[in-house]
Amino acid sequence: MSPTSEQLPSLQTLADGCLVLSHRLSEWMSLAPTMEEDVALGNIALDLLGQARGLLQQLGDKAGVTEDVLAYFREAQEFRNPLICELPNGDFAHTMLRQLFVDAWLADVWPLLAATTEDPEVRGVAEKAVKENAYHLRHSSSWVLRLGDGTDESHQRMTRALDALWPYRGEIASDAWHDRVAAVLSEATLPVPDRDAWTQRTSAAGWHTEHLGDLLAEMQSLARAHPGASW
Amino acid sequence: MSGTATAARAWALLADVPDPEIPVLSVLDLGIVRDVRESTDGREVSVIITPTYSGCPATEVIAHDVRSALETSYDAVDVQTQLSPAWTTDWMSEAGRQKLHQFGIAPPSGRANVINIGTTIGHRPPDHLLVDHVRSDAPDGCPRCGSPDVEELAGFGSTPCKALWRCTSCREPFDYFKKH
Repeated sequence: MSPTSEQLPSLQTLADGCLVLSHRLSEWMSLAPTMEEDVALGNIALDLLGQARGLLQQLGDKAGVTEDVLAYFREAQEFRNPLICELPNGDFAHTMLRQLFVDAWLADVWPLLAATTEDPEVRGVAEKAVKENAYHLRHSSSWVLRLGDGTDESHQRMTRALDALWPYRGEIASDAWHDRVAAVLSEATLPVPDRDAWTQRTSAAGWHTEHLGDLLAEMQSLARAHPGASW
Repeated sequence: MSGTATAARAWALLADVPDPEIPVLSVLDLGIVRDVRESTDGREVSVIITPTYSGCPATEVIAHDVRSALETSYDAVDVQTQLSPAWTTDWMSEAGRQKLHQFGIAPPSGRANVINIGTTIGHRPPDHLLVDHVRSDAPDGCPRCGSPDVEELAGFGSTPCKALWRCTSCREPFDYFKKH
């Protein structure tokens, strides 16, 4: 069953999720296993950043502040991104499984938002993101397949990533999400964990992992050292 | 701005504004100029553009270049960005597709209402794992030798709009402008 509009995340959750995950992916720049992968992760990070900016501009307009104020001058407790978006990259398997989880979430969120929002600017962001996310999901699915159904080493790393990330699915998982992810995991010869297993769900109240503070310290430092700077 | 929607002078100026990343295309070829209006006295002009990709760094440069081009001929220029309806490669002109081809970039294949993402060497997810919007998106053929025998090397390329492909006949790698 696909999620309904009542189950859509808030625009703040969506914007913050895209922004924070974009920053995480940007940490891979020049470190990815191949040059093509550097390019791919850079492209995906850029798409996510553009999606985040589109939504933060709308949220900023309503709040009477700029997108930069929302991105750079809020504290960790004010961010509403799903916890999974802020988790450190880990190894490449961990990054790709995290990406699959988030892409599979957005694969339902963006079309539903495009179809139900009454704000034409938000609709524009969502319509665009539907297509961008389709490419992201293809990419993350293909890597989970290759690594899960790959060598003993890559399978082991994927299994480890699955153990680590499964408890962070709670804020993004619907029945449709579980079906989508289970299909990829099965094809990748990975175990499909229990969908009723315990999961974290604290970001809606502003409770984050310790990792978000570190991420924001880096992401926000320039804007905070030079407020209002332009170049 | 109220006014006339003809604005032939503005359209002519815009035809010479190149895309900063693929300069063989003008902003009109790309299909990102959605509306141009001139004031009745012909001294002011307003332009609406729709960005291609969410995070495309060229968007701000394009807005700047559009403004600069029009300022040569108008007293006041207003450039606005409109996000919905979202840009699609279906809005690219036929002339634009031809120019891409001649430039060595395979133009988007067919219409974007159903996007199919095609073969990726050795690691393509099976169709049933792909969402509806992405099944096979593939160039019609090699832009150099015309062979239909092509394969994808990487789904993401040097700009957000492109993927990297290779011709299996002439062996040349080439960029493909993704259907979007």
